[in-house]
Amino acid sequence: MLVLNPAVQAQTAPQSGARLRRVLWRVGKFLMVIVLTYLGLLAVTFFIGRVIPIDPVLAVVGDRAPEHVVARVREEMGLNKPLWHQFYIYLDKVAQGDFGTSVLTSNPVMTDIRRTFPATIELATLGILIGAGLGVPLGVWAAVRRGGWVDQLVRVMGLIGYSVPIFWLGLMGLVLFYAKLGWVGGPGRIDVTYEFSVTLESGFLLLDTARQGQWDAFRNVLSHLILPASLLGYFSLAYISRMTRSFMLHELSQEYVVAARAKGLSEARIIWRHALRNAMVPLVTVIALSYAGLLEGSVLTETVFAWPGLGLYITNSLQNADMNAVLGGTIIVGSVFIGLNLLSDLLYQWLDPRTRAP
Amino acid sequence: MTDIAKAKQAPRPETLHDWLMAERPQSRRQAALGRAYGAWRIFARNRLAMVGLAIVLMLVLVAVFADLLAPYSPYIGDLRTTRLLPPSSAHWFGTDDQGRDILSRIIHGSRITLYVVVLVAVLAAPIGLVVGTVAGYLGGWADAVLMRITDIFLAFPRLILALAFVAALGPGIGNAVIAIAITSWPPYARIARAETLTIRQADYIAAVQLIGASRWRIVLRHIMPLCVSSVIVRVTLDMAGIILTAAGLGFLGLGAQPPMPEWGALIANGRLYVLDQWWVAAAPGAAIFLVSLAFNLLGDGLRDALDPKAAK
Repeated sequence: MLVLNPAVQAQTAPQSGARLRRVLWRVGKFLMVIVLTYLGLLAVTFFIGRVIPIDPVLAVVGDRAPEHVVARVREEMGLNKPLWHQFYIYLDKVAQGDFGTSVLTSNPVMTDIRRTFPATIELATLGILIGAGLGVPLGVWAAVRRGGWVDQLVRVMGLIGYSVPIFWLGLMGLVLFYAKLGWVGGPGRIDVTYEFSVTLESGFLLLDTARQGQWDAFRNVLSHLILPASLLGYFSLAYISRMTRSFMLHELSQEYVVAARAKGLSEARIIWRHALRNAMVPLVTVIALSYAGLLEGSVLTETVFAWPGLGLYITNSLQNADMNAVLGGTIIVGSVFIGLNLLSDLLYQWLDPRTRAP
Repeated sequence: MTDIAKAKQAPRPETLHDWLMAERPQSRRQAALGRAYGAWRIFARNRLAMVGLAIVLMLVLVAVFADLLAPYSPYIGDLRTTRLLPPSSAHWFGTDDQGRDILSRIIHGSRITLYVVVLVAVLAAPIGLVVGTVAGYLGGWADAVLMRITDIFLAFPRLILALAFVAALGPGIGNAVIAIAITSWPPYARIARAETLTIRQADYIAAVQLIGASRWRIVLRHIMPLCVSSVIVRVTLDMAGIILTAAGLGFLGLGAQPPMPEWGALIANGRLYVLDQWWVAAAPGAAIFLVSLAFNLLGDGLRDALDPKAAK
């Protein structure tokens, strides 16, 4: 599949029929992977929701319901049908975006998710901007000055990032920066004073306040956002900088770098234009995956910061045994995860001409 | 005296070191011990890894002797006189909202941490080993199916999946362990399969096949032992993640249930008072951090010692 030699490429290029078939095969395989992975995710959530509880009907009607009610609910839920048929019904419902009704909020789960998800995305996006924006340059620096103080710093930050409980760091951050120093806003997304002056349009408070010209509210939102976002950013930074370092070390040891030096290119040009560009290919995967990781990390972070996002929604539902909401949230986060995984695969192929089919 | 004299007269005074590092080991046991000794020497040169090992050993000792080491009861406090006291010489890490000594609770909590870590490793590593080696050795359809399942599990968000499992099974330390084990075996399967693929074409496997060994025998006796070391390295590196996940579940109230002094649950308890009595949450978090860090350092050292290829 890989064609490295331009001469070979010239030979194969005219056979457009073979090329088309190869592209179709790739696309087909890709779709197959998506479908299989997604089916796997749904099979697991189906298993968790329908098979592990001894009798889901009892969970709905309680143990004192009369016989005919139990029978009717069983019929309504499709539980008298064979398991594969139940799974089919389940898939059908999920495909329509129907995750059932939340017991806690008595809304359809999808409505709740639509309400809470923007808050999580806003938090995770700012987090990844901090993580990638600082992590990549730090990693490059660490690789160029190997063994220098930046290199040590990246190593130590990585070790701490892999070892510290995120929710604990968040709590300690709140104690220090909110309670003791008063530099940042406390838990929540926005102060109560502003809460009703901002109309929600996109659900991203930074965008909404900026577009409505409410700069006081914008600053307030930012002061609430900055601490949890930096916290998430730190965890992705720890990972991204370490990976950047090792990719850059690999690239800088390649022969084209020697060639570029021999040509007399400036060191800055070699590092940023030649080596980093090549290192960017695997880095994109790393960044996409750590973005997915941040969405997951938000479950604990949001709990600490009382951030009204999907993570807090999931944990609140967990504590109230609201399985529809928990599984709905799991499917959404899992879908984003799978989506980002596959997206990073695609980006990889798009960025690296060597892995592209001719 | 005579012994020393004898030793001096011997043509070649053989120390333990010489015996272990022998170029031509006389027995299989000597060879195995020698290899272990060599790996240990590489490992011992890494100072940070030794620090990690020391902390892990300390964790084990603290867990074993928790009853002797803890200055107070981890469960009973004095609500009248010792509620939410700051750190002092009597209570090094202060006391919590029920007047219990936090140090004593952390010491007893080390048992739960050790319990989780050992149980997850014992459950998840063999699953990964079996799936990986079987897939790698059999190849074909078995490989395709097993690896697709592995990839599906790898593509899932681990913490969220563990949360969903615990939600269905009911909160509790045992269920938390099962949930973490279910979500943590796939990387081991991947590693074991990669190892197996490099071994399966080896001459000695062909020789065993010729003798007529069954597939199971080949996988279990001739392939799996060679995959164990890389899986152990990965398990050690994962320990920190396992501890953090368990603590996260405990923090959310889904792991160990009160009054068990699980470290994550201790932080959750301290969260209520964190703005005024920060020490209630500070100390257990530091304990989690220390132990995770130790496992990370230990894992790095093990990787360098057992798998010189992976070292930079």
